[in-house]
Amino acid sequence: MPDEKITLEILRYHPETDEEPSFQTFEVPYHEDWVVLDAINWIKEHVDGTLTYRWSCRMGVCGSCGMMVNGTPRLTCAVFLNEFHPEPIKIEPLAYFPVERDLVTVMDSFMEKLQSVKPWLIRNEDEEKPLEEGEYLQSPAELASYKQFSMCINCMLCYAACPVTGLESEFVGPAAIALGMRYNRDSRDQGREQRQEVIASHDAIWNCTFVGECSVVCPKDVDPAGAIQQAKVESTIDWYTSLLPWTKK
Amino acid sequence: MSKPYTPPMPLTWWNKNTAYRLFMLRELSSVFVALFVLELLCFVSQVGQGEEAMDQFIKSLDNPLYLLYHVIVLAFALLHSITWFNLTPKVMVIRLGEEKVPDVLVAGSNYVACLVVSLLLWWIVKG
Ligand code: SF4
Ligand code: FES
Repeated sequence: MPDEKITLEILRYHPETDEEPSFQTFEVPYHEDWVVLDAINWIKEHVDGTLTYRWSCRMGVCGSCGMMVNGTPRLTCAVFLNEFHPEPIKIEPLAYFPVERDLVTVMDSFMEKLQSVKPWLIRNEDEEKPLEEGEYLQSPAELASYKQFSMCINCMLCYAACPVTGLESEFVGPAAIALGMRYNRDSRDQGREQRQEVIASHDAIWNCTFVGECSVVCPKDVDPAGAIQQAKVESTIDWYTSLLPWTKK
Repeated sequence: MSKPYTPPMPLTWWNKNTAYRLFMLRELSSVFVALFVLELLCFVSQVGQGEEAMDQFIKSLDNPLYLLYHVIVLAFALLHSITWFNLTPKVMVIRLGEEKVPDVLVAGSNYVACLVVSLLLWWIVKG
């Protein structure tokens, strides 16, 4: 039916005038092939140009369009309206993050946490190969050992699914730890010890109670919950090994 | 000027969705498992004190309230075991070259081990 509509209830927040956010309702044309982001773009174009949100690629790659859709963190460019129609859809900014305006969250803490795990290849200073010797080769099995963790697009859906990030603001969180593990597992990397200072700390893996929802909502099947539990096992083995008399430093 | 709004974390956060509620039940299950372990230890100590003490202990459990309590404990023990068994593939990733051993095999090995130990215990107690 060409004139069908769908209702979007969107959480709005104007820092200049509002003390706290409140819902605003919009009627949007319903198209079976529209994703939630299309409907939000339609509102911005036709109803209220001040509606503020992030998006870029519209194809599940850039990771910027994450919002709470009916209470679940989703990439709005990857959720079709037909999943909910004719019921209304509730759109909120990603949970557990401070809200800057409307659906835009403040990501600074996430950026700091991401940096803290040093998500880049680290080589021991004296073991860096000169450029002319070429690249560090890697076997398919070595690639497979970290590839899943490398698929992260930093969409932060996992943080919005994790109650620990809401309860403990210092928690380094799923994606950052998974990305740290991605480099720890990389055969070309030698930085595990440096990363362990952050990853094996109370604010990182030991704050995780394994709710597991981060892995459920992850659009790229990164399995950050798995990465965290595996880091726990490895850190525990480290600790026991450090007790052995012949490994004592 | 920026004036970010920080949403409060309600005390009832664990009631937000089914996944959180199930998580809380899983956490709570350890209390019941621990209680049952204590009960088992008491039983073992009574067994150590001779047949009479053991019989008395078993008799003292013979009332409907205890039965109800044990049904609840069993339900929580099952929830505890099943949820944790099913989570093992996330913790224990076994790789053979490029391939990962399938999750069902890792999780399934727990059930097989549980069955084998249970059958063994049953055989000892019965025999
Ligand atoms: S781990 Fe998954 S959910 Fe978390 S930021 Fe990366 S892609 Fe998004
Ligand atoms: S707009 Fe890029 S992931 Fe949705």
